[in-house]
Amino acid sequence: MIIGESKPLKDILFMIQNYSKIIVAGCRGCVTVCSAGGEKEVGILAAAISLARQKEGKPIEIKEVTLERQCDPEYLEEVRSFIDEYEAVVSIACGAGVQFMAEKYRKVPILPGINTNFIGVTEEQGVWTERCQSCGNCKLHLTGGICPIARCSKSLLNGPCGGSSNGKCEINPEVDCAWQLIIDVLREQGRLDLLEMIIPINDWRTSRDGGPRKIIREDLKL
Amino acid sequence: MRLSYPPNIKIIKVPCTGKVDVLYLLKAFQNGADGVYVAGCMEGDCHYLTGNIRARKRVEYAKKILDETGIGGDRLAMYNMSAAQAPRFVEVANEMFEHIKKLGPNPIKQSLTNTPAPTRAEEVEQ
Repeated sequence: MIIGESKPLKDILFMIQNYSKIIVAGCRGCVTVCSAGGEKEVGILAAAISLARQKEGKPIEIKEVTLERQCDPEYLEEVRSFIDEYEAVVSIACGAGVQFMAEKYRKVPILPGINTNFIGVTEEQGVWTERCQSCGNCKLHLTGGICPIARCSKSLLNGPCGGSSNGKCEINPEVDCAWQLIIDVLREQGRLDLLEMIIPINDWRTSRDGGPRKIIREDLKL
Repeated sequence: MRLSYPPNIKIIKVPCTGKVDVLYLLKAFQNGADGVYVAGCMEGDCHYLTGNIRARKRVEYAKKILDETGIGGDRLAMYNMSAAQAPRFVEVANEMFEHIKKLGPNPIKQSLTNTPAPTRAEEVEQ
């Protein structure tokens, strides 16, 4: 899922300093699961904004909404009937959700309430780590299910490098060397011969180097 | 024992401090509380094993938010005491009372008095 984390309250308060009637909009998708932008976080952010503004002597009216997803047009329609009554929206969906809402409602400023960090997993309750960089060219079949693009600090396709030490990466002793992990798992699976195969240079055209990406499925279009 | 503690302390019962949510704590301040403390069982004695430990973490998180809002995280506290420690309960109540008295009223009180409080019916509706 997409992992995000709250922006500092002072940054959000700065964005809304000139508004007195806003919506705080959450999303029930990824950001609910990573506890950054779900219904509960909407409540907490709205309460915090309200307290801070009352303290400043500039009370603010806040409507709390949480959409099923902010990255799908049909769910964004849920706010159409009342969004124009508000001066701004603080969206705590991921960057995609914030942008899609901004596209659909051009008259109202849609402000980001969280920072969108990475595509990752819940390692344990309260701990999320990165797994995928969405390079558009998956090679997990060659690397024991461990992505060298996302998890090797240098994104080396034929590692490890000389910075691997006792299974850790030279950038930080807490970061696992992805190539150590790859070798360990391939050894367990008896597939170490895969390491003999040189993985060719990555085709970054499928990643951001090719500009903003788009997928069209003609069979699905209505 | 019939011990007495400051009468302006309002007790909100929860089945376990593990039920205490960050939002409950913030709402208390939104509703004008000058200070809030969570009284949980002794660490290690939780009937649900970790309820009071979770509560402490949530209190710490809520304190951070209160600091960011300017209300002040020092208006919120977590204490541990057993159900058999009535004198300790009173001691904590007095300690918190004195502490909050020093800090003064909730800074949002001024604006709260300027806007009419929602009626009970409105609150239920919300």
